[in-house]
Amino acid sequence: MLHDFNLDVRAGELLGLLGPSGSGKTTLLRIIAGLDTPDRGRILFGGDDATFLPVQQRAVGFVFQHYALFKHMSVADNIAYGLNARKRAERPPAQEIKRRVGELLDLIRLSGFADRYPSQLSGGQRQRIALARALAVEPRVLLLDEPFGALDAQVRKDLRRWLREIHDRTGQTTIFVTHDQDEALELSDRVAVLDKGRLEQVGTPDEVQENPASATVLRFLGDAIEVEAIAEGGRVRVDGKPTPVAAPAGLIGPVKLFVRPWQLQLVEPATAHLTGTVRSSYRSQGRQRIEVGRPDGGLLIVEDSDGERYAAGREVGLRINGGYVFG
Amino acid sequence: MVAPPRPKRRFRQASVIPGFGLTFGYTLTCLGLVVLLPLAALVAKASGLGLSGIWYVATDPRVASALRISFGVSLLAALTASVFGFLVAWVLTRYRFPGRKLVDAVVDLPFALPTAVAGIALASLYAPNGLVGAQLARLGIQAAYTPVGIFIAMVFIGLPFAVRTVQPLIAEIDKEVEEASATLGATRWTTLIKVVLPPLIPAVLTGFALAFARGVGEYGSIIFIAGNLPYVSEIAPLLIVIKLSEFDYGGAAAIATIMLGISFLTLLAINLIQAWSRRRFGYV
Repeated sequence: MLHDFNLDVRAGELLGLLGPSGSGKTTLLRIIAGLDTPDRGRILFGGDDATFLPVQQRAVGFVFQHYALFKHMSVADNIAYGLNARKRAERPPAQEIKRRVGELLDLIRLSGFADRYPSQLSGGQRQRIALARALAVEPRVLLLDEPFGALDAQVRKDLRRWLREIHDRTGQTTIFVTHDQDEALELSDRVAVLDKGRLEQVGTPDEVQENPASATVLRFLGDAIEVEAIAEGGRVRVDGKPTPVAAPAGLIGPVKLFVRPWQLQLVEPATAHLTGTVRSSYRSQGRQRIEVGRPDGGLLIVEDSDGERYAAGREVGLRINGGYVFG
Repeated sequence: MVAPPRPKRRFRQASVIPGFGLTFGYTLTCLGLVVLLPLAALVAKASGLGLSGIWYVATDPRVASALRISFGVSLLAALTASVFGFLVAWVLTRYRFPGRKLVDAVVDLPFALPTAVAGIALASLYAPNGLVGAQLARLGIQAAYTPVGIFIAMVFIGLPFAVRTVQPLIAEIDKEVEEASATLGATRWTTLIKVVLPPLIPAVLTGFALAFARGVGEYGSIIFIAGNLPYVSEIAPLLIVIKLSEFDYGGAAAIATIMLGISFLTLLAINLIQAWSRRRFGYV
């Protein structure tokens, strides 16, 4: 289920469609590919209306989460499939197809695998074959549906870097769907955040992180706590004390302030915006993560450099060094 | 350098599950008692005639024509059942329509129906004054009491095999594979021929082999519709029964042995094709 929105994909960019499951990101991708039809609205490729173009004529490359390779064909036949499926007049000569398959195998670094079958390959290798197969037809846009979703963490990381490399080398306009914010922020030129079928925000990874357009975007891009606050005189106050957060123009009265864990600082209770009791703390990668129980029963996690230890039961104060307010 | 000792060719592979000897022995005993013993008795009986005796029976014009009809029509019928069985299986798995479950259950009826009942029903339908037979007669085709009738009966009893062997594989076809083919620019026809059908070939062959074997061995439903005219519409199993009623046990055993031999060779050939196609198309 998608609501009305406009999304402009620029030629040559790598766009990440990010959203929780059920947000409509895969539906959008399938509509672009022509695998699903929209009830209304239009899909434009360049200036051409592709809304009613059958999927075969859209010239898209689609990569599925579970690879969808042709199991009874060798790797080379899989990659050559799109070229071989063309009408005789448009089909490149066999020699040319062979050359192209060789090139693509080099590109995905599987040169010796032409005669293998998909069942003899690992998940990461299969997904690379699927990508080569999609690239073989020189699509106008490459569409990837959770391309790394079925792979384990290490392979995933390698493939991410590798996809970025391939994109930089080929300049292929690419849209990929993911529910993993790290993946989207690391890979994309721009990120489009979807939620419940609505387009919440489009922007570079820096833009969406620094200026999230809505609480949904903010929450989806990382941990945040909600604090009751008052907007007054262009500033947001918590517990009567001013914070560095500026209130949006014209906003006065009680607001919700969203604060990231790294925007909180542990201080003496007297000068703090918030107070609480340390429940537990643990150290990880040079940082200390401290769970603080609030007087109202809420729990929040603060990050601190790994210096002073905070024992459970200790009363602490928290200063808010930044945050986000939405009108 | 001492060459490493060549591993002995071992009859059994080590396995985490024990009891190979026991289970293998048990399996062989059962197979021997249930399947091989009767067949051996049959061959033993026939061998009483000697090779020349069997050859004499086989070259008897009436026997030869019965064998030709049995195997020839079975092949044709199995071929037809495979094609239509595939279509039935396709429609039943790929489409949702009211009454689908009912039709799905009806497919199995030829399995369960006493063959004589099926034969009588077919005979009365296809007889020149029957419901279908009258229409066919107007077109100048006589179905009942000719090889056409045998063919119809064999397709009828073979169809469930053709449907049931391919159905699970059609259900397993990954929708995304078809979509991948479409996004790569392939037409529906190309997708069907190049992507959807090849992995189904081994199953279609299995269905074909089963329908063929059933057709060769079928007796009850055919004798009612075939008319059983010697040299025209007499099948080999019927000839065996006739020989038996004439107390010519040796002759009956000889025909049965010949049928056994031809069936075995045919099924072996189909199995070999199947093994090849599995290697070629069935990579899963």
